[in-house]
Amino acid sequence: MSTMAQALNDGWVVAQRNLIKIIRVPEILVFVLVSPIMFVLLFAYVFGGAIETPGVNYREWLIAGIFGQTIVFGATFTGAGLAEDMQKGIIDRFRSLPMSNSAVLVGRTASDVVYNVLSLIIMALTGLIVGWRINEGALKALAGFALLLVFGYAISWVMAWVGLMVPSVEVINNASFIVIMPLTFISNAFVPTESFNKVLKPFVEWNPVSAVTQASRDLFGNTGVGPGSDAWSMQNPVAYTLIWVVLIIAVFAPLSVRQYRLTTSK
Amino acid sequence: MSEPMIRATGLVKRYKDVEALAGLDLAVPEGKVLALLGPNGAGKTTAVRCLTTLLKPDAGTATVAGIDVLADPAAAKAKIGLSGQYAAVDEHLTAYENLVMIGRLYHLGRTRARARAQELLERFDLTEFASRPTKTYSGGQRRRLDLAGALVAAPPVIVLDEPTTGLDPRSRQLMWDVIRELVGEGATLLLTTQYLEEADVLADDIVVIDHGRQIAHGTADELKAQTGGQRIEVVLTSTADTETASRILNDVAVGEVKVNGGGRELAAAVGEDAAGDLLRVLQGFERDAVKVLDVGLRRPTLDDVFLTLTGHESTTDSTDESAEAPQ
Repeated sequence: MSTMAQALNDGWVVAQRNLIKIIRVPEILVFVLVSPIMFVLLFAYVFGGAIETPGVNYREWLIAGIFGQTIVFGATFTGAGLAEDMQKGIIDRFRSLPMSNSAVLVGRTASDVVYNVLSLIIMALTGLIVGWRINEGALKALAGFALLLVFGYAISWVMAWVGLMVPSVEVINNASFIVIMPLTFISNAFVPTESFNKVLKPFVEWNPVSAVTQASRDLFGNTGVGPGSDAWSMQNPVAYTLIWVVLIIAVFAPLSVRQYRLTTSK
Repeated sequence: MSEPMIRATGLVKRYKDVEALAGLDLAVPEGKVLALLGPNGAGKTTAVRCLTTLLKPDAGTATVAGIDVLADPAAAKAKIGLSGQYAAVDEHLTAYENLVMIGRLYHLGRTRARARAQELLERFDLTEFASRPTKTYSGGQRRRLDLAGALVAAPPVIVLDEPTTGLDPRSRQLMWDVIRELVGEGATLLLTTQYLEEADVLADDIVVIDHGRQIAHGTADELKAQTGGQRIEVVLTSTADTETASRILNDVAVGEVKVNGGGRELAAAVGEDAAGDLLRVLQGFERDAVKVLDVGLRRPTLDDVFLTLTGHESTTDSTDESAEAPQ
């Protein structure tokens, strides 16, 4: 077997192991699915009346933002899952096997896509109830979901790296909060770009979370009069998102594999 | 003699100020069992981790089945079945799922991995719980499953790191039976233990280590001869009898009689006829009216071996222990 084929095979075996855990510990799944519903309802009905979105109902406009935010938050599971794995006995078994060094990471990031798929479905259904609509046809909508998943996959490699660096699972939740909260709130996920002040506006425009939100908003047809910005990133959100995806994976996948090797050879 | 299946030469591993391994040499010929005997913090686990590619030594070399573990760790891993001190099983998976997963990570292919899992479950008496997640298992069951995991690829070399530490006597006996069977089938085995009795029962050859270096090497009989076999221990009611008791013990003792506890606790190593010696001591006590709280015959423990070999008890240095902890 070639090295690449072996890495994929080993990654798939580990992913299957993680999927079994999703079924055996359904409590995790419940939280994964309930929290986005809560976010949809909170923003739609608490802030909904106060935020102006020209040309489109706020609740319809909001849902893509919730998608983006949830996908980014979902990456925390990858970090937490890995941090937990590293403390469990099974990692000793993995290390004693002639398996690929990247398998634990490849398997973890792959199996966590399942969480994202499930939470997107739940959020979409909740969205449809509160007034979200798909206006650009099924194909573009699928492209929108696919882009969200690909972006979530990339972010999960960042969190994989963080998960390998932290000493315990508790740390990862706090550590990721510090990064994820500003990244999702200083974006166009919940409020339109034009409502930010001059200092924050450039950050909002070039924030990858804004890009993936804007891209899926476009693909679902929930944009209203437009992105409210002339920045290249906002005019070409799909391309800009994909650039981030490639960059993040190119940097954090090798970093994570290196960190895994370092952590497990102490 | 042909090249040993396991060979370590001059292994050195330092953790900050602590020298966990200070130039350890080991050799296990094919089909033989070597026990690495030592207290906590002696460097047993560090030695095992270096030999099984999990840890890079600071100096020295190691080969397993002729493969240099530093040069080609992946090839070496394929030859070694390792079962550690902490059962390395996934608690959410069943025993069957654990074994199939391991088989597939050894690249046996799905069909062979499944067949092998079934085979090992039967052999290790685990079929009864095979469809339950392993977190419901007892310590002994987990440890057996972990050993089964180490054997999935039928490796020629098996390394067991304290296979029975923390097990109840019945589980320990079961584990011993399994290990004896493996050896009967021709496996080469390196095992670490804190129990002299375990090394005695299982090993052809024993290396005693302390502070990362070998302090004795030989068969169980040879080591026991050095420690004087069994001991008679006496606890006196009063120190008034210390001198008399010491004189009586001295008549049967191999070596000198040790006096502790302010003169109330006495111990003497005895020879082959331990029971007869005990009888003679008791008769002596009766004759001279020595009053005792407790008299007993005790098999030599690791502490005795240590006391004899190093002159100090097998106390555990806390820094040593942290150096040996897994990660």
